[in-house]
Amino acid sequence: MSEYVLELKNIAKRFGGVEVLHGVSFGLRPGEVHALLGENGAGKSTLIKVITGIHQPDGGEIFLNDKQVHFDDPLQARLAGIAAIYQELSLCPDLNVAENIFLGRQPTTVGGSINWRKLYSEADRLLTSLGVHLDLKAKARSLSIAQMQSVEIARAFSLNARILIMDEPTSSLTLKEVAELFGLVRRLRDEGTAIIFISHRLEELFEVADRVTVLRDGSYVDTRLVKDVTRDDLVRLMVGRTISNLFPKQDVKPGEIALKVEHLSLAGIFEDINFELHKGEILGMAGLVGAGRTDVARAIFGVVPPTSGTIQIEGRQVEIKSPQQAISLGLAYVPEDRQLHGLIPAMNITSNISLPILKEYARRGWLQDKAERSAAFSAARQMEVRANSIWQLARTLSGGNQQKVVLAKWLSTKPRILILDEPTRGIDVGTKAAVHALMSNLAAEGIAILMISSELPEVLGMSDRILVMHEGQMTALFSRAEATQEKIISAATQTIKTVRAL
Amino acid sequence: MTVKTPTASRSNLLLTLTRYREFGIILIIIILAVIVTLRAPVFLTLGNFRDILLDISILVIVALAQTMVILTHGIDLSVGSVIGLVAMMVAFTIKANPTIPLVVVVLLGMALGAILGSFNGLIIAIGKVPPIIATLGTLSIYRGMIFLYSKGYWIPPFQLPDTFKLLSKGTFLGIPHIIIFAIVVAILVYYFLNYTRTGRDIYAVGSNPDAAQYVGIRKQRIIFLVYVLTGIAAGLAGVLWASRFESSQTNTALGFELQTVAASIVGGVSISGGVGTVPGVLLGALLLGMINNSVTLVRISPFWEQAAQGLLILIAVVSDILIMRRVQRNKSK
Repeated sequence: MSEYVLELKNIAKRFGGVEVLHGVSFGLRPGEVHALLGENGAGKSTLIKVITGIHQPDGGEIFLNDKQVHFDDPLQARLAGIAAIYQELSLCPDLNVAENIFLGRQPTTVGGSINWRKLYSEADRLLTSLGVHLDLKAKARSLSIAQMQSVEIARAFSLNARILIMDEPTSSLTLKEVAELFGLVRRLRDEGTAIIFISHRLEELFEVADRVTVLRDGSYVDTRLVKDVTRDDLVRLMVGRTISNLFPKQDVKPGEIALKVEHLSLAGIFEDINFELHKGEILGMAGLVGAGRTDVARAIFGVVPPTSGTIQIEGRQVEIKSPQQAISLGLAYVPEDRQLHGLIPAMNITSNISLPILKEYARRGWLQDKAERSAAFSAARQMEVRANSIWQLARTLSGGNQQKVVLAKWLSTKPRILILDEPTRGIDVGTKAAVHALMSNLAAEGIAILMISSELPEVLGMSDRILVMHEGQMTALFSRAEATQEKIISAATQTIKTVRAL
Repeated sequence: MTVKTPTASRSNLLLTLTRYREFGIILIIIILAVIVTLRAPVFLTLGNFRDILLDISILVIVALAQTMVILTHGIDLSVGSVIGLVAMMVAFTIKANPTIPLVVVVLLGMALGAILGSFNGLIIAIGKVPPIIATLGTLSIYRGMIFLYSKGYWIPPFQLPDTFKLLSKGTFLGIPHIIIFAIVVAILVYYFLNYTRTGRDIYAVGSNPDAAQYVGIRKQRIIFLVYVLTGIAAGLAGVLWASRFESSQTNTALGFELQTVAASIVGGVSISGGVGTVPGVLLGALLLGMINNSVTLVRISPFWEQAAQGLLILIAVVSDILIMRRVQRNKSK
């Protein structure tokens, strides 16, 4: 009897001709939270999909309680006690909470028809035992992300799952919801469930995981006890090199005021926002998801104009009514959701980059391809976009490369004020470092940058000053010297105004 | 982990609306009935109601099957041609063998429909051709086969035996057979969609195909199945059509597919899949039948009938989108 409830030996997986997993081994003990760590494309998701029967391995063996198993489809894995909560939530939005829990195995009567009464009573019992209060008949569509996750966890436990896989469960949760989720994870672990936990936020691993296995480029690197490693160790294992300075903001002497915002309010969303942004400065905006930071950025960029307050750009008072006008005033806004707002997935890299400045390449309404192409090419090269050619469709790029294209696109407008909303969310460590270096260079060139970020180390490392928001209000403004994680978190969770003028 | 559900009464009202879309259709039906009755009192008689039901019975049978297809985020445009082809083949068969038992005729029609439907299902589920393209193709193919099969001839009423005509016209306990067929199909589809796992799988596949696959639902199998079922329903409808109209022509049920889609959508079936109920579709078909009927009674130009149907479809789709948007917005708050 081995110590593992689940053991993978030398798992290999090919897609087409490309091998994406090269003999990965992995052991999961009962009652542990085991983090799976690696850059994007390291093979974590593929490995998970092999474990859950979505993909079948091309080599290697899987042992469940010392018995070799082979899953032909996800159902077999589920019946064997392996449940997974995927990054892209797998609920049916049009079905209700109770049915989503029992999807595909609704309780039936002797005659074989679905026993709805039993379905509702079991769903109720299950949610109550997890301490979750939800309307059983609410459509999944109407739930928040956190609520959807609790439905998925309930689904996992309706199967008496002994192995629970959580793929980036916290990426869309508020801090409070994350704390609640971790509480639940610890409780399940203490009851003997083995949990595989994937997250890009290293801090979370230290908070919740017992052991960590690192993958790199589809290969197994190492497994360590979390209490024995440091953050730097993990980063080194992931990238195979030390990133000496993860957040390399150069010191730039701030220039004159590029953007000044006074008493900016949007009724019902945020109120009385005041700050100055200097040339060469990076102003970080910290706060919880939903604090209203993105709304402030969108108001400044003219997407949803503010209801009161003033905006000054380079000393001139302006009323920005549309993004077009904002662009002509020298602003650029890189939104949070690349797929939704930042890129046109079905267009190629060149077209995406030249989109905001197409006019410049047109002569009497006709596009001058050559100029467009060479400008796009140099922009893509400057950003180190990794692609087969500049004709590759944006949709087919990795998340990090998409983000680089979005940045290249906005930089092509030669902005003087750059607003970045979660510039490194969901991209791998290497690309992250490249984006940080670029931001630092842009600031050194005199561009004023307003950066919204939910990652505290990024905020602390990159910002010259840090503005903290909570529930639509500005609760603090720190200089880089005085800011600490504790101060920011406390300002991000309190409503009392303690704005410090600088 | 404690999570609260939205408690605002406004959002609850919206959720109720999304849950019970049928209320809106009932409201329109009542308003229409009142207006038409004021102009033509004959509208509110049992005889007229019976006429309406006779008119929509075939529509109900095929629209319920069409609904299952739309629930999977598909569409079957070939049903009109399937009805026409089956009607033609069955009529020729009966003409050649007038003594053939009616049960065999009905089963033959359903079997022919199943074959035609499974061809649709194969192209869509295995060949991964978008349903609208695949069935647009078979719409023409099956219609063309009617011409090839009949060589352009048609079967006039006198060539069909009376027993066959009674298949739809006969009554049982005073109810015409064709209405009983529709009721039985409605009950079967209702039970299938609400009380069998396969039925629920249809909703799951339409609502979120990836999620359905993750929980072990065989997506392609479900998609194949709904096209076969629609073929069977259209096959049955073909037999009933030939019986009710006592003939079979090359243009039988031409354009009927749009009626079935209209009944589904007016009845609250979401064109993007996953949403729709049997009672809703029945009401949708009833509403279309009422419009058809009242246009004749009130002596409005029949051109208005088409316009009214089109308007209803637009109202149904737009109100769907608006309600969805409100639900999403309430959620993001």
